Amino acid sequence: MAALLVWIGLMGVAVLRRERVAGALSGSLEDRVALATLVGGLATVWVWSWRDVAKPPFRWLGVSQWALAGRAFARNRLAVLGAIGILGLYLIALLTPFLAPADPALLGDLLTELLAPPSETHLLGTDHFARDVLSRVLYGARVSLLIGFVAVGISVTVGTLLGAVAGSLGGWVDTIVMRFVDMVISFPQLVLLITIIALFEPSIFLIVAVLGLTQWTGTARLVRGEVLSLREREYVQAAQALGFSRWRIIIAHLIPNVLGPVTVAATLGIGNTIVLEAGLSFLGLGVQPPMASWGTMVADGRNVMLQAWWLSTFPGLAIVVTVLCFNLVGDGLRDALDPRLRR
Amino acid sequence: MHRYLARRTAAAIPLVLGIATIVFFVISLAPGDPTQVLVSPGMRPEVIAQVRANFGLDQPLPVRYVRWLGALLTGDLGYSYSHGRPVLEVIGQILPNTLLLSAAALLVAFAAGVLIGIVQSLRQYSITDQALSVLALFFYSMPSFWLALMLILVFALFARNVWEWPIYFPPSGTRSIEYATLGPFERIADRIRYMTLPVTSLALVLAAGIARYTRGSMLEVIRQDYVRTARAKGLPESRVVFKHALRNALIPVITLLGLYLPVLFSGTVFIETVFGWPGMGKTIVDAIGTRDYPLVMGTSLIFGAMVVLGNLIADMLYAVVDPRIRYE
Repeated sequence: MAALLVWIGLMGVAVLRRERVAGALSGSLEDRVALATLVGGLATVWVWSWRDVAKPPFRWLGVSQWALAGRAFARNRLAVLGAIGILGLYLIALLTPFLAPADPALLGDLLTELLAPPSETHLLGTDHFARDVLSRVLYGARVSLLIGFVAVGISVTVGTLLGAVAGSLGGWVDTIVMRFVDMVISFPQLVLLITIIALFEPSIFLIVAVLGLTQWTGTARLVRGEVLSLREREYVQAAQALGFSRWRIIIAHLIPNVLGPVTVAATLGIGNTIVLEAGLSFLGLGVQPPMASWGTMVADGRNVMLQAWWLSTFPGLAIVVTVLCFNLVGDGLRDALDPRLRR
Repeated sequence: MHRYLARRTAAAIPLVLGIATIVFFVISLAPGDPTQVLVSPGMRPEVIAQVRANFGLDQPLPVRYVRWLGALLTGDLGYSYSHGRPVLEVIGQILPNTLLLSAAALLVAFAAGVLIGIVQSLRQYSITDQALSVLALFFYSMPSFWLALMLILVFALFARNVWEWPIYFPPSGTRSIEYATLGPFERIADRIRYMTLPVTSLALVLAAGIARYTRGSMLEVIRQDYVRTARAKGLPESRVVFKHALRNALIPVITLLGLYLPVLFSGTVFIETVFGWPGMGKTIVDAIGTRDYPLVMGTSLIFGAMVVLGNLIADMLYAVVDPRIRYE
């Protein structure tokens, strides 16, 4: 069912935007990425639709923990809705060059189209430079999703490694890492972020780096706690008795078993990071114009709210929907991965 | 009990010093220095060097760090260029505004959040529960600055100019112009009217999280044996819920007080900026805009110290309500 919807959507894009799709191969990198997404997406759906035919005639008797969690997740309708939403958002972000009705940086006719209300030509209206708001919201999705994904990737990697090392080695390593974590956590994160970013030139790389490197503390604390309890389990003691090295135990035995809670934290973390990035952009310390970012767009609409309510409203709604999807999936994953919470 | 409190307090002091160290080194890492504001392009290099020397910026980093820390211990946070006054004086003037806003928001958030959480837990998996859960998650996913703008749009701008409601809320400021001429009760009403929108936008996001947490905590407690006993001996349900279950369910909710303080203060940065509320959050944003480094350092330090203090208070409350903690 979902596969059919994705297929119809992708084919719809391909047919309705055939001129742009045809020109994409010789276009910019963004266009080619979008084309690859379109072709790859169609191929994936096609292969996926054959899976029933290819299914082996017998079933394995045992069911893994991940499969159990997967089933529990699939029963949670809201979480599945969130997962579909995230998939849809990433597809939209990748296909934006085909989808957007106009160039996000293209200035419209400043006399007739300035702050135009939502209409057929501009579904979500235009902004104070007569740019199409819908196109800018679509291009903003790319920035938000990219920053959220990469920054959380950095913070989760750093956090997991440091947390696992602190938890399993203990002693002075543990003390130093955790005291540092305490310090960073007791800082209002936004204050730290705006201080660092404001002192340097804001750029997309700086934002990703700073967001990634200030958020690992939560993951580190979580992983350390998990590792402390895992360390006493029989299988870890067995590994120690077998004479495996500390690093082998950390990498091969401890980290795989904390991946469940870490996945939950990462999913919720992406939502949190998207809000933070929007906030920084709102204060003018995030993604710099003319690049479209949801936070910047909300800020643009601040002074003309009475004349053009759509300018702040729609980018903000986009943030809420995106973050809501990630939070729904994060909640669903937490319930699904914790056997005690399975209904 | 006393030993526990003493230990927690002692642990907080190095934490504040650590925060001070982070603040100092982050600011020192920045390219350029605060004298750039005072230096004009035509100045001779000797003059610039003299200006730098006046601020002690010609000294090596460790020397400056020790000096800064020493000044800090005597309560000297430096001089704010943009306000033309000592940093401590500036903060002393704006801190009450932020504390008022934060305290009101915390109060509203905890009252609303706990109440919603109780309602949800009593009707687990009902339509009400699920609707409130989705609603809570919706507000939880919302950037506070956008919520603030939407509230302004509806309850300040549209209410006054388009729909012409009899009641609307002011979109910015802390009190009306004729405040001085008002009577005592009108003054309170006036302050509340100006605080409604900022407090609501701060509190809603927090309340959503508190409701989620209270629901879970109540559900855990309500399944315990002593609650069943209370019901079995025929106590009225309201007494079981509020007297027996809620008391224990609220214990873990207290930790949220400590956890949410950084979130709350991050929120005030946006809310104060949006509503033009003269507090710490707006000041730090303005100070960054004017490159007023001493003020940036002072405000972030106070923010950090307030979080540590808030956590300490949460720990103490926790020890008061849960005797098991004291003997850890």
